[in-house]
Amino acid sequence: MIAARGIPRTLETTGAWVLAAVWIAPLVYCIWAAFHPPEFASRFALDAPLTLANFHKAWDAAPFARYFLNTFALVSLVLAGQIVLVTLAAYAFARFEFVGRDVAFALVLVQLMIMPDVLLVENYLTMSSLGLVDTILAMALPYMASAFGIFLLRQTFKSMPKELDDAARVEGAGILTVLWRVYIPLARPTYIAFALVSVSYHWNNFLWPLIVTNSVGTRPVTVGLRVFAAIEQGVDWSTITAATLMSCAPLLVAFLLFQRQFIQSFMRAGIR
Amino acid sequence: MTRTKATIYGWLLLLPAFVLLVSFTHWPALATIHASFFTTPKGTRPAIYVGLENYEAMFDDPVFWQAVTNNLIYALGTIPVSVALAMLMAIWVNEKLAGQSWLRLAYFTPTVLPMIAVANIWLFFYTPDYGLIDQIAHAFGFGATNWLGNPDTVLYCLMVMTVWKEAGFFMIFYLAALQQLSPNLAEAAAIEGCGRWTFFRRVTLPLLMPTTLFVLVNAVIGAFRLVDHVIALTGGGPNNASQLLLSYIYDIAFRYWDTAYAATLTVVLLAALSGLALFQFLVLEKRIHYR
Repeated sequence: MIAARGIPRTLETTGAWVLAAVWIAPLVYCIWAAFHPPEFASRFALDAPLTLANFHKAWDAAPFARYFLNTFALVSLVLAGQIVLVTLAAYAFARFEFVGRDVAFALVLVQLMIMPDVLLVENYLTMSSLGLVDTILAMALPYMASAFGIFLLRQTFKSMPKELDDAARVEGAGILTVLWRVYIPLARPTYIAFALVSVSYHWNNFLWPLIVTNSVGTRPVTVGLRVFAAIEQGVDWSTITAATLMSCAPLLVAFLLFQRQFIQSFMRAGIR
Repeated sequence: MTRTKATIYGWLLLLPAFVLLVSFTHWPALATIHASFFTTPKGTRPAIYVGLENYEAMFDDPVFWQAVTNNLIYALGTIPVSVALAMLMAIWVNEKLAGQSWLRLAYFTPTVLPMIAVANIWLFFYTPDYGLIDQIAHAFGFGATNWLGNPDTVLYCLMVMTVWKEAGFFMIFYLAALQQLSPNLAEAAAIEGCGRWTFFRRVTLPLLMPTTLFVLVNAVIGAFRLVDHVIALTGGGPNNASQLLLSYIYDIAFRYWDTAYAATLTVVLLAALSGLALFQFLVLEKRIHYR
């Protein structure tokens, strides 16, 4: 863009700031309500006392510690599974001229449009016939073969010089050694980008976990928050906002600390 | 490496991912279509083949039509606004205005929040009388409004939330695209005495076109796939005024346990998404190629 100067630039800066203020206001409000006593939930006074009581109340009212543990287990399981499966599949697509490759790749790309989120009923029936309903594995399994991850990593692998690969083979390295020693180390930025996108997605995922879990022992934070807010409905706003803030806090703090990394990862994941 | 060997290795490497992909995407998609031609099995009674009966019932179901209409309004209302805002945000962030990194932070943060948390935050704004919007309305002498309880306003309330959550996400793609544009273009245009608006309309906008198409496709998928806020805030109500296609499928399948009808509805959703895929493959791929 041609940079604006003088008055137009001042106007634009003002506009940008007004929009930013509007955009951040809901979150700021949530933080305000969570850290102040309930009587200040919708009354803004500078002398309102700060308190952590809302967090105590929320923490005691529902098993959030367990929910966090479940989410943590879910996110780790999905990511670990994805990294192994996606790496192997992307390597196959990038470096092996096998029979049926194009058809197989087209079948992978189908998942970019038709994600497991949409096929609720049949996937639920599958889980129930496998006896996996209400397990962490059931929440994770449909997402492990990520088409998005395969696509992203295949692009990265393809962009690497074939000479490196050939040199390693001449030295007598097997195909898995080449993958481990050459491709994976060079694809590190892609792995980081994919991991951040995947973790944010699965930390926030709601519908499929809602369907496939039904006990405290497996419910992730998002579903737990929903159950909590549904029971508390209309009772105590400050406690709900505290619970809400708590459930996004780990991701939010990670995002604030590694902002640049996060945004660059999302950008990298978006460019094809 | 011979082709036979490559084929063996290739498929072996692909196998684990492919098994899961087929089990949780391709197979259930086909099973859904199959199930839509049968009745829902109940207890010991197995499913009976009924041909197109489920589809006939669907075409006679006013809630189905309402969900489709709502979903179209929802998509047409949220997508252009989020995309336009995303573009504006990206341009502002890219222009190195004062406090650039704070601006980017403010725009992007809603993206990191789970939709379910967003729903909780906005629920407070929409609560009649006690909520923030009504408090402001009171200050200007207006009465209380039940924003989420009124069939005329509920869908728009959900749309506002969606725009708030998604615009920052789409901004990222525009930001990436803007950073790849050559600064020479702007310099050359400035020497030619080209105005800012003309430059935007004649140079930036066309060059951002591939990004816009990419964002549009993703936004359309999102409009059909993300219904967390519907389920959390309204359950599709009041009177199905905020029912979207997927939230209706969820209701039918997991509240009424009519899996055959849910499958029939899912087929419509699958058809819509496949249509989009085809559109992207046939129309967009050609245009995006020149990048």
